[in-house]
Amino acid sequence: MDGHELVERLRRVVGDRWLLLDAHDLRTYESDGLLQYQQVPRLAVLPGTGDEVRECVAACAQAGVPWVARGAGSGLSGGALPVKDGVLIVLSRLNRILEVDLDNGRVCVEPGVTNAAVSTAVAPDFFYPPDPSSQIVCTIGGNVAENSGGAHCFKYGFTTNYVTGLEVVLPDGAVVTIGGKELDPPGYDLLGAFVGSEGTLGVATKIWLRVVPVPEATRTLVAFFDSTRQAGEAVSAIVQAGIVPGAIEMMDATTIRATEEMAHAGYPVGRGAALLVELDGAEAECDAQFAQVTDICAAEGSDDVRVSRDEAERALFWKTRKAAFPAMGRISPNYFVQDGVVPRTTLPDVLVRIDELAAEYGLTVANVFHAGDGNLHPLVCFDAAVEGQAARAEELAGRILDVCLEAGGSITGEHGVGVDKRKHMAKMFGEDDLAAFQRLRCAFDPEGRANPGKVMPTPRLCGEVPGVYRQHPLEAAGLAERF
Amino acid sequence: MTTAAAVRPASIEEAAAAIADLAVVRPAGAGSRAEWGGSDPAGAVTVHTGGLDRIVAHNPGDFTAIVQAGVPLADLQRHLAREGQWLALDPPDRGGTVGGLVATADSGPARHRYGGVRDLVIGITAVLGDGAVARSGGTVIKNVAGYDLGKLFAGSYGTLGLVAQVAVRLHPLPAGTATVVATTDDPAALTAAVLAMSRHPLEALSLDVLWRAGEGRLLVRFGGVTAAARAEAATRLLTGVDVTVVRDDESIWAAQRAAQRGAAVVKVSALPTDLPAVLAAAGPATVVSRAALGVSWLSFPAGDDLATRVAAARTALAPRPTVVLDGARLVEQPWPAPDPGMLALMRRVKERFDPTATFRPGAYVGGI
Repeated sequence: MDGHELVERLRRVVGDRWLLLDAHDLRTYESDGLLQYQQVPRLAVLPGTGDEVRECVAACAQAGVPWVARGAGSGLSGGALPVKDGVLIVLSRLNRILEVDLDNGRVCVEPGVTNAAVSTAVAPDFFYPPDPSSQIVCTIGGNVAENSGGAHCFKYGFTTNYVTGLEVVLPDGAVVTIGGKELDPPGYDLLGAFVGSEGTLGVATKIWLRVVPVPEATRTLVAFFDSTRQAGEAVSAIVQAGIVPGAIEMMDATTIRATEEMAHAGYPVGRGAALLVELDGAEAECDAQFAQVTDICAAEGSDDVRVSRDEAERALFWKTRKAAFPAMGRISPNYFVQDGVVPRTTLPDVLVRIDELAAEYGLTVANVFHAGDGNLHPLVCFDAAVEGQAARAEELAGRILDVCLEAGGSITGEHGVGVDKRKHMAKMFGEDDLAAFQRLRCAFDPEGRANPGKVMPTPRLCGEVPGVYRQHPLEAAGLAERF
Repeated sequence: MTTAAAVRPASIEEAAAAIADLAVVRPAGAGSRAEWGGSDPAGAVTVHTGGLDRIVAHNPGDFTAIVQAGVPLADLQRHLAREGQWLALDPPDRGGTVGGLVATADSGPARHRYGGVRDLVIGITAVLGDGAVARSGGTVIKNVAGYDLGKLFAGSYGTLGLVAQVAVRLHPLPAGTATVVATTDDPAALTAAVLAMSRHPLEALSLDVLWRAGEGRLLVRFGGVTAAARAEAATRLLTGVDVTVVRDDESIWAAQRAAQRGAAVVKVSALPTDLPAVLAAAGPATVVSRAALGVSWLSFPAGDDLATRVAAARTALAPRPTVVLDGARLVEQPWPAPDPGMLALMRRVKERFDPTATFRPGAYVGGI
């Protein structure tokens, strides 16, 4: 099949209206939420059904053309960055909620349904816990690809803990149903392997999710401290007391200042740290633990603990926290959002180390993080108009990941590897580890057509199984190495 | 080529060296689930994990631990309890190891609240057939770097490689517990009670059903400083069943875990609303159900016609997938027939991870 044939075949599958060939139209899709990477695909299709997705993938397989699946494009690692000569499969039209079964705590949705729409579909008695900050726009398909978390995942877990079944189109165009409505399908846990695979193993066209009852009670407070170290000690004391808050979020002095200018929550600008603690659960247990948390914050040095009196005030606390990224635009022309993880107990030392690095680079780093699970989001501020500053900021953002790894952490807690962090993978994983990842990749996608160039640090080829060595054209050209 | 029928490496490096030299391997822990899975081929060399016996790290402040495969679960729990913590997995205990628990993805009543092995393993180190030692995940509870091979190996029954070491997330031991016990001989009333409970935000530790000799019990366990009060409150959600609250509830749950084993045990994957159908299919077998999850274990006592009773129950449960655990040797095929598309994909996974068919060839689903 030549290029023209592929285009005509895709046109027959999705129809004229949903086939984009024009450079102007394609420009819309040149980046995901990480704008520093841009690539216009050869063409884009917007299939309207799972079956159309399958036909698009099968056409790509036959034509030997790589493809990338895209949801809302809100990802922050370049995971949905198109491939130059490839097809972009945009899933936004697959936005139907197919089944709601509250007796069994399940919903079945298409991948283009937004995260927030799942909770809306099961309200008011149930909700879908993973809540990435982009939940109003980001799609469940994208959440599955990235294994998205959110502020409440310390208590409730991640996307992977809520997906019970997937209908997947494999890169060869075959459709398999992995898991389903029921738990524990006998056989390898390919659900666990697929969720978080960043679109490199196939594309999900139908997703079964577990939903849970809305907690009886929610209690929220914000406590202010002189330093992030003090606030960090409070987090440790809370968790050590056996309390598992729904969320524990921390903001540093720079973030407090920036968000206050935007959200006007009356936060004391100049304080060293703000700690947002939310408890939810059974009312009696929640109240008992909330009193304990309040005492702990005071004992750890907070002289300013504000308890939300009503839903409006609670919403204001959260609005302020969620304003952290956009608010940074008010104090800095540009910034990079980093995503790293450290063991929670190392937080105070890691923050000192980040401050030292920021001073070394002469740049401001604001810190906002999911403190319960040690997931940092340092915001590296810079001015792109100043020659070389963007490059220095990017280097600093990379050095922060080195600090996370030295502390025993990870290069990404929720944004994914995508294209952006491929270069850091070899710092976290050894050759045998990366080769094991490649084994999984090759089982699903031996030709390397699904979202190539993501996750793995260098392009790799699969070879035959059991392998009789034959040189691949890319290998001959020195463009890829074999394992 | 090593000719011994069994080896017992004392370190991960020794395990890797031994496995690289072996043609066919059967990983083994304490043997508490030795019968599970299909048969191993003649000539398989048992690699015992007993020498991989270190609790490598326990970080109480981070609620994580790193533990080698051969550590008995009970030993690990004793170690963690000194800091008021535990690995929230409570399968029936016959001295089984952490490695065996991960390889079989076995579970107990705590699964209701904390999830299963897949949900608590945050990092894994495995030895593959060529002696490669591969890691995935890490030692932090939140991490999306690389593929999640911990989940792939959980429940893989030693057919992809030897699970040598895992990093796990821990939880605080509950401050106190209390259990609601509701009794009825009516499957419909029992199911209604389950659904009434599971639709409420109870945050229960466990929600199990026990069905034995025509009598059903719903067991809902609460944890925390207010456990007893919450259990009392939860009784008000129930109608048409006899209800009591038991504060000293440890023996109830020990018995419930024990009932999950038997001369033959059939595990079935279903939905909570399928409970009446599962109870009907069980006939005289005892049923332990993680009722809000829809996963049940049918336990059969010993007897002459055991194989026939197991086969009849599996037929009655069809098309729901069933696995024979205890008593697997009684049946020709302990695994259900997988969907052809899934089987093909699982075969490809097996071929990539274990291209020389070193690990338990033929013992897994679909003859993998």
